[in-house]
Amino acid sequence: MALIEIKGVDFTYNELETPALANINLSIEAGEFIAIIGGNGSGKSTLAKLLNVLLLPGSGKVLVDGMDTADEKYKLKIRQKVGMVFQNPDNQLVAARVEDDIAFGPENLGIPGPEIRKRVDQALELVGMAGFHDYPPHELSGGQKQRIAIAGIIAMEPDCIVLDEPTAMLDPKGRKEVMDTIHFLNKEKGITIIHITHFMEETIGADRIFVMHNGAIYKEGTPEEIFHSISDIKRLGLDVTVVVELAERLKKEGFNLPDVLTISELVDCLC
Amino acid sequence: MLIELKNVTHVYEHERGTRVLKNVNLEIRENEFIGLIGHTGSGKSTLAQILNGLIKPSEGNVIIDGIDITKEKVNLQRIRQKIGLVFQYPEHQLFEETVYKDIAFGPGNLELDPEDIEIRVREALELVGLNYEEFKNRSPFNLSGGQQRKVAIAGVLAMKPEVLILDEPTAGLDPQGRRQLMGLLETLYKKEGITVILISHRMEEIARLSTRVIVLCEGKVQFDDSPEKVFAEVEAIKKLSLGLPEITEILHCIKERGFDVRTDIFTIDGAVKEIVSKLRRKDIC
Amino acid sequence: MLRNINIGQYIARDSIIHKLDARIKIIITILMITALFFIDSFKGYFLFLLAVLFIIYLSQISFMRIIRGLRPVLFLVLLTLILHIFFTRGGEVIWQWRFITIEKNGLITGLFMVSRILLLIMFTSLLTLTTSPLQLTDGIESLLRPLKRFGIPASELAMMMTIALRFIPTLLEEADKIMKAQMARGADFESGNIIRRSKNLIPLLVPLFISAFRRADDLALAMESRCYHGGEGRTKLHELKVKTQDFIALFISILFSILVSFF
Repeated sequence: MALIEIKGVDFTYNELETPALANINLSIEAGEFIAIIGGNGSGKSTLAKLLNVLLLPGSGKVLVDGMDTADEKYKLKIRQKVGMVFQNPDNQLVAARVEDDIAFGPENLGIPGPEIRKRVDQALELVGMAGFHDYPPHELSGGQKQRIAIAGIIAMEPDCIVLDEPTAMLDPKGRKEVMDTIHFLNKEKGITIIHITHFMEETIGADRIFVMHNGAIYKEGTPEEIFHSISDIKRLGLDVTVVVELAERLKKEGFNLPDVLTISELVDCLC
Repeated sequence: MLIELKNVTHVYEHERGTRVLKNVNLEIRENEFIGLIGHTGSGKSTLAQILNGLIKPSEGNVIIDGIDITKEKVNLQRIRQKIGLVFQYPEHQLFEETVYKDIAFGPGNLELDPEDIEIRVREALELVGLNYEEFKNRSPFNLSGGQQRKVAIAGVLAMKPEVLILDEPTAGLDPQGRRQLMGLLETLYKKEGITVILISHRMEEIARLSTRVIVLCEGKVQFDDSPEKVFAEVEAIKKLSLGLPEITEILHCIKERGFDVRTDIFTIDGAVKEIVSKLRRKDIC
Repeated sequence: MLRNINIGQYIARDSIIHKLDARIKIIITILMITALFFIDSFKGYFLFLLAVLFIIYLSQISFMRIIRGLRPVLFLVLLTLILHIFFTRGGEVIWQWRFITIEKNGLITGLFMVSRILLLIMFTSLLTLTTSPLQLTDGIESLLRPLKRFGIPASELAMMMTIALRFIPTLLEEADKIMKAQMARGADFESGNIIRRSKNLIPLLVPLFISAFRRADDLALAMESRCYHGGEGRTKLHELKVKTQDFIALFISILFSILVSFF
């Protein structure tokens, strides 16, 4: 059974408006690294909120580990299994001290104090922030705050983490920290990652990419497949990475190149 | 000469410790497009605020249009009108009921005639690509994020600055929003003749329009030169964890493999031409 | 600019007083303040002062810091003294000039009141100087918990205090930024009379409120997604534990307050 299954889901915020999501069908297996890209208003954040019971589908079903999100009795269980990291690093940390913030989720789950202590220490270790127990959040950099937010989710021992544009407000260093952290958690801890972004380059190590447009899944595939449908991507107002665009242009000039994604792949093939 | 910094040093407190801007000497002339880069905490934002008199440096002189603004009794309002500053996430400063009133706030502070204000608001809105009639009476809070940012920038443009400093103007926008904003900067620089100082972490944005790149590191000016020269300092730039424009990086990698390609190219078109001319005759893959 | 404002006055030191359980410190403070109101002799006040000085010594906080904390109430103290001296009647006349008379009772009550106010402030500031706002929050929550059955939402109140502590620095920073952004558009926050000045604050306050509401919205969503569902069934990372020295401190202060009340 898939970890997350979405069947025929529609969602409308306001009766009068066009639907934010229309007939979404997808399934995500445990351990996958999924990237969702799309411009503003493509419905990606709405989709994320459905996975965590922050929103309920207008029609259709969202199943997490077989549990229907519309069933009130599974609400907390699902939220524990599917954690969520948001865009603004400042607006999701609750406590005035790092360790209290990470403890917030486990405290809500009613985990005993000593066990929380253990989880907090482990979570800090996993996001590479051991030793930051006592820091007040406002003294941390954006990348560090996002990693604390991730640690707060890990301490709830989730199966899956949904990140809704976690890097949009960060500098390149912070972005790299967050990307490294979630790839590490996916590879080493087997945590399913659903990474929502509008930075094309951040979808590179993903297993599968969903491209969203106007509330629907416009395309689905591996990074190689998605990146090389350049004209489609551009039509949606998204950016193709420089490497991919350059490779395509060189192919047109008669170079015999395979589908490449990174600078080193491209240079290896050229030289 | 528009702005001149002489031996400017500034010590300030920040949440993450005391920071310093050390002995900065800069001259900013008319009709320049300056890219200001440096990692977070290198002093870019502080420098930007010194340039328009929001911060008085602890030492040194800031001379704007021949007036030393570090001296007592200088009309800072006039200085701030000349040197516009767009902060990060400028849409967070919107406060009026209508787009018109918000953009009119700056000109209003200059105590202009209502007719002049109206002309300025109209021009500023059209400049950022929003239709005057359509937007003037709308509430700024019901606009999309990208539109809000444009309105906020229009609010600064309505002051008719000679220099416009923008701190990460594309942060948080989606690719389409970013492209539109870069297009706006190009118009301001090329058509309106405004000197632009762009602070950004995205080297592509910096390389695209800049005529000059200033690199700050730990509060000191590390480089101040043409983008071609600055981005040729590969080792130094990487040590500052800044990165190169991707195109330049690809060309550098090719050069390292022993091909004599130029590395001072920042556009895909240029790179394609260069690679085709230098690598064509070689067996590929 | 605005960043220099400190929240709370906590001064970190590694002293016995700092290490006491926050709840015990709150109880002791209440106890001692109550005792203070039963004292009606200079001997009693003197004894109390000695106790306060001793605690200051133990807490390793500089005496001058405590004295500085008294400055804001100086006016109130002087006013109290003057009002009592001139208007409280009774006892023998000490000094007289035309229609102004000072009588003994007035002088004594005045001095009592002044000692009371000063000692009260010294003692409570000792509490806030040696207990971090976070510990205070935990302490207050724990003390209020038994009142839950009377409808006092102790853990929700504590959560509110925690969030306030978390967001005050963020909002101050934001206020600073918005202020500068408006100044860059020619706003003037520094000149003009009071009406003009408060009107000039609108471009600062409106964006600040909007931002605070946006943050509140975001935070509510983030809290909900992290399984927050009120105080019901919540555990704590830091369970407060009362240790031997806490009992000793409590015992001593009970004895002291009884003793001092009889003076």
